[in-house]
Amino acid sequence: MSVLQHDLAVTAFPMEARGPLSTRLTAILSQGPDDSAQGLDLSPVAEAAVAAASSVVRDDDVQLSLFILYGLHYGSFPAVSADWEWHPALVAARRVLERAFEDELRATVAVPPLPRPTRVAVARALSELTSADSGPSLSRYIAKKATREQLGEFLIQRSVYTLREADPHSWAIPRLTGRAKAALVEIQADEYGGGRPARMHSEIFATTMEEFGLDRRYGRYVDEVPAITLASLNVMSMFGLNRRLLGAIVGHLAAFEMTSSIPNAMYANGFRRLGYGVGVTAYFDEHVAADAVHEQIAANDLAGALAEDEPALLPDILFGAAACLVVDGWAGAHILDSWTADRSSLRSGTP
Amino acid sequence: MSAEIAGDGATITPYTDGPLIVRGDFEILSVDGEVLPSGRKTVALCRCGVSAIKPFCDGTHKLVGFRSGDGE
Repeated sequence: MSVLQHDLAVTAFPMEARGPLSTRLTAILSQGPDDSAQGLDLSPVAEAAVAAASSVVRDDDVQLSLFILYGLHYGSFPAVSADWEWHPALVAARRVLERAFEDELRATVAVPPLPRPTRVAVARALSELTSADSGPSLSRYIAKKATREQLGEFLIQRSVYTLREADPHSWAIPRLTGRAKAALVEIQADEYGGGRPARMHSEIFATTMEEFGLDRRYGRYVDEVPAITLASLNVMSMFGLNRRLLGAIVGHLAAFEMTSSIPNAMYANGFRRLGYGVGVTAYFDEHVAADAVHEQIAANDLAGALAEDEPALLPDILFGAAACLVVDGWAGAHILDSWTADRSSLRSGTP
Repeated sequence: MSAEIAGDGATITPYTDGPLIVRGDFEILSVDGEVLPSGRKTVALCRCGVSAIKPFCDGTHKLVGFRSGDGE
């Protein structure tokens, strides 16, 4: 298996549009930017999509459109011309969506009182914030109750981010300096396999999908996941791709790593309970030990050190951490609520 | 931090209310003297006593409210 195989999209655009804006985007991006793209103005359609959404975070058209626009930067859709990446009309549309997305998050995410901007105080505040997170326990359900079908749904829901694991936070590397940069690179080097491509976390997850009997190609299951799952990835992409949100992407990574080891041990147990072997569980087992390391580095040497070196970023570090917990909490709650109501968490109802 | 600049060798850093983080050139051995493969360059060693993957940390110190007493 080629390491890069999961980057190959299934078709030119491996997904269906979910409303007027994503319909326009998929149509436009299916061709290269030619002369007709010069006068392109997507802002009115983007404004209309935002205006029509009762919640931007949960709106399918807005979140799929953001996912597509960010995908231009990641290279998620190899069949889409790279010339589109910085097209002013697409950047303008993205800014319309991002403004609404960020405004809604700032209005709904409760940020804890700011600690003093010292390494230890910030690490401790992040520890308290992430320990207080009593979100619905999807991990406990998976450990004890989930069926084979539900485990497959879980992998599908996770695949939108995890087949590109670590990439959103890597945007922050050149924007950091000194010890915070060294800390982020220390974490990311481990995420990317420490020089061994087969050990890349995204690659281990692709193997898990394959061993489970799912398609490992990136984008294959995007049609299946609801807006809130796309929002979980989009919030990372927004924080990562906007330099003004540097504090937020750092806080996001800290919260993400600090709420990972214990759930991953439970996910591994859930797959073992139904007889899956190491080919499937390796990804989750790996994250128990890996994220026990990463969470210390992220809280202390990355977020704590950054707050100490640049105290002005402290409010956004806490905001990014809180936003991670809230949005991922909503995404997890969607899955758990679906299952406890005997429904599929996927849009089609079946994997 | 500055000790790491010295070059060869390993550093062991206590993290407040958490594990010991080991970096550099090191090997972790079992009670029988066998090398325990860690699979990574930086490892976290349990110091709260409740990890299920000892000697490595699995994050459970948070569940038992471990306090190292070396913070602020």
